[in-house]
Amino acid sequence: MDTNQYLEVFIDESTEHLQSCNENLLALEQNPHDLSIVNEIFRNAHTLKGMSATMGYEDLADLTHKMENVLDAIRNEKISVTPEILDVVFESIDHLEAMIGDISAGGDGKRDVTETVGKLKRIENGEPVDAATAKAPAEEQVVSTDANTQLVYDDFEKTVIEQSHEQGFETYEITVTLRDDCLLKAARVYMVFEALEKAGDVIKSSPAVEQLEAEQFDTNFSVAFVTKGDISEVESALNKVSEVEHIAIKKLEATYLAVTEEVEEAEVVAAKVPAAISSEKAVEDKPKQSTAKTTHATSKTIRVNIERLDILMNLFEELVIDRGRLQSIAAELNHTELNESVERMSRVSSDLQNIILNMRMVPVETVFNRFPKMVRQLSRDLHKKIHLEIVGAETELDRTVIDEIGDPLVHLIRNSLDHGIESPEVRLAAGKPEEGRVELRAYHSGNHVFIEIEDDGAGINKERVLSKAIEKGIVTPENAEKLTDNQVNELILASGFSTAEVLSDISGRGVGLDVVKSTIESLGGNITIESEEGKGSLFSVQLPLTLSIISVMLVEVEQEVYAIPLSSIIETSIIRKADIMNAHNQKVIDFRGKVVPLVFLEEIFEVPRSEKVEDEFHSIVIVRKGDKMAGLVVDSFIGQQEIVLKSLGNYLTNVFSISGATILGNGQVALIIDCNALIK
Amino acid sequence: MTENITMDVEVMKVIVFQLGDKEYALPVEQVQGIEKMMHITRVPRTAHYVKGVINLRGVVTPIIDLRDRFNVQSSVANENTRIIIISEEDMEVGFIVDAANDVMDIPTDSIEPQPEVVGSLEEEYISGVANIGNRLLILLNLEKVLSILK
Repeated sequence: MDTNQYLEVFIDESTEHLQSCNENLLALEQNPHDLSIVNEIFRNAHTLKGMSATMGYEDLADLTHKMENVLDAIRNEKISVTPEILDVVFESIDHLEAMIGDISAGGDGKRDVTETVGKLKRIENGEPVDAATAKAPAEEQVVSTDANTQLVYDDFEKTVIEQSHEQGFETYEITVTLRDDCLLKAARVYMVFEALEKAGDVIKSSPAVEQLEAEQFDTNFSVAFVTKGDISEVESALNKVSEVEHIAIKKLEATYLAVTEEVEEAEVVAAKVPAAISSEKAVEDKPKQSTAKTTHATSKTIRVNIERLDILMNLFEELVIDRGRLQSIAAELNHTELNESVERMSRVSSDLQNIILNMRMVPVETVFNRFPKMVRQLSRDLHKKIHLEIVGAETELDRTVIDEIGDPLVHLIRNSLDHGIESPEVRLAAGKPEEGRVELRAYHSGNHVFIEIEDDGAGINKERVLSKAIEKGIVTPENAEKLTDNQVNELILASGFSTAEVLSDISGRGVGLDVVKSTIESLGGNITIESEEGKGSLFSVQLPLTLSIISVMLVEVEQEVYAIPLSSIIETSIIRKADIMNAHNQKVIDFRGKVVPLVFLEEIFEVPRSEKVEDEFHSIVIVRKGDKMAGLVVDSFIGQQEIVLKSLGNYLTNVFSISGATILGNGQVALIIDCNALIK
Repeated sequence: MTENITMDVEVMKVIVFQLGDKEYALPVEQVQGIEKMMHITRVPRTAHYVKGVINLRGVVTPIIDLRDRFNVQSSVANENTRIIIISEEDMEVGFIVDAANDVMDIPTDSIEPQPEVVGSLEEEYISGVANIGNRLLILLNLEKVLSILK
């Protein structure tokens, strides 16, 4: 079967199943006696096993199978859940994830997992996980050969076997052992197969035929063989093949199949119906689907390649540019019918814009879902007890933002775990519960998404931060006194700052929180920190909903048009020249009781003036960065517009205070002002 | 660039353009298109030879004035002035030139890698010169022309 066309689906679904395993395992750790969770994990593993076997990833199927055995034993209460067992299961999942990763990168998904398989096997047999190492190697050897030669039948093969039985064929499992010094294993395999196929049909082999041909097996392999003939003849024929050490023939009884069939069927009935990974399997499952109980309410969805959405978005961006052009033409011509149709078109296209932007929205869950495992691992490494609470994982963000936000969040969470939450002893001494709490929250507010990380740890020691900042020359002692509490907190985001006395390998990796800050700011967001010593800290990240189409205010300076993102504008205003005051060579105005410095765009951008304009009034745009403000002085306001963000290309990088460009209705390029760079 | 010269082919197709009184050439593979002069949006605080950006069919493309780049006397744009869009690695950049003259096949063996006849100022931007009849074509090293600002 050509499996390529299913590969993408396979990778997507496997990743989902593994993710679900991860989540459920974490839940299981909290409630070790909740067997319904085990069932859920078992179902995931089982589906994964079926899919990977269908796709021909033997290693993947094999490891999942072993994991499934352990889960089965837990489910049947033969063994009870302990952290050690979960560690091994997590380890297996790590391996599985790595295999899937390999497959999606174009590899064959092969990986050496004998150690983990050995551990799983020991658990299954009720032995301690870390069994005496002296015994382990020998045992692993056995396990691995066992794993290779044990025949597992999928639904399709079972059907074949059943039907053969009905037609009077007999099925045998034949295990062939070659001599240790056998040189041409592939040739012997070929001869064995030839001998077999004279008398009947080989319906399955373990390892798979390709592996046998490539000599990827030890000394023995098994085949399932269907024949009407006399098995003893076959046996003697096989014995004539040279370098064959031993032939073991086992008759496969119909009853054996029936028993396993029953078990499997029970599982399938309870399992969440997997999407059609292969038509073959889908048809097989069909009668069972009717009774299948889905665990999640399914909404009708289709999978669309993200590239297509990007193309759609690009095309729509072109449309937005032309919409702008049409609007300006209509405004010029002042033709009633034209105006009406342009208006209608604008309305429809804004609806379209919302839909397209929404289509690209991805729940932050896709970023958040790797954190529980990370926190679990880190808290074990750090010997701390930490509970991670995730709120609002369903909050949606544009994919462009999602792609960028992962690393900064990892950094912030590591920081909270490493520097925030204290060790259990310290916590108990401080009268806090032994277990630390970290809450990861996401929510929408206006045109922004907030992601917050709150911990109930030690908080930020302001004196230490200040002395460190002064020592490192980040602030001067005079300035330090004027800083508000939050400003002091934000010093830890400054570059060249690291308070941990001892750099740990968790969060002290040479790159500090300053990288987090610059990444977030480059996304058009900002980060604030609130903290109370002894109580904990709150890191709040504010992000724009999307990065591709933004609302701006267009302003004019001489002949040049600039765009200022609405998100940073507080208001626009017109002031008298007489209202401008001087403070240390810096022109400032009094804006609603606050002293706001003025930035003359004309000077900053070195705009060439044909003649000096002497105007009694100045148009200013008040912009903000955090709680700091500035007034940008411009010649005139043009108006508000939705624009498509474009980059200046790879040649012009790091242009001062310009974050990008856009194309206006008249086809000309306008630059977008980066207000963050203008406010110091 | 150099691979075009050492390549084992007889001729090399180039676009010939004019800057002041000299003729320059660029391999045709590196030229994306030739545009007439259009509105250029100035980008503040960039190198003096970066004239700004244009809207090239929806793509914001930076424009370099080659005369300023080579410190040649700048002239006013006229109807012959062209923007040659080139691509080098992952960058697309436009060059303002006085005129785009023609497309030529030049025999590779007529290219001399070491220029001796041209002014020292621009020497580093040159990968070779070709003498075709009575015309002297200066072959540009794009990487160098674009590199300084990077």
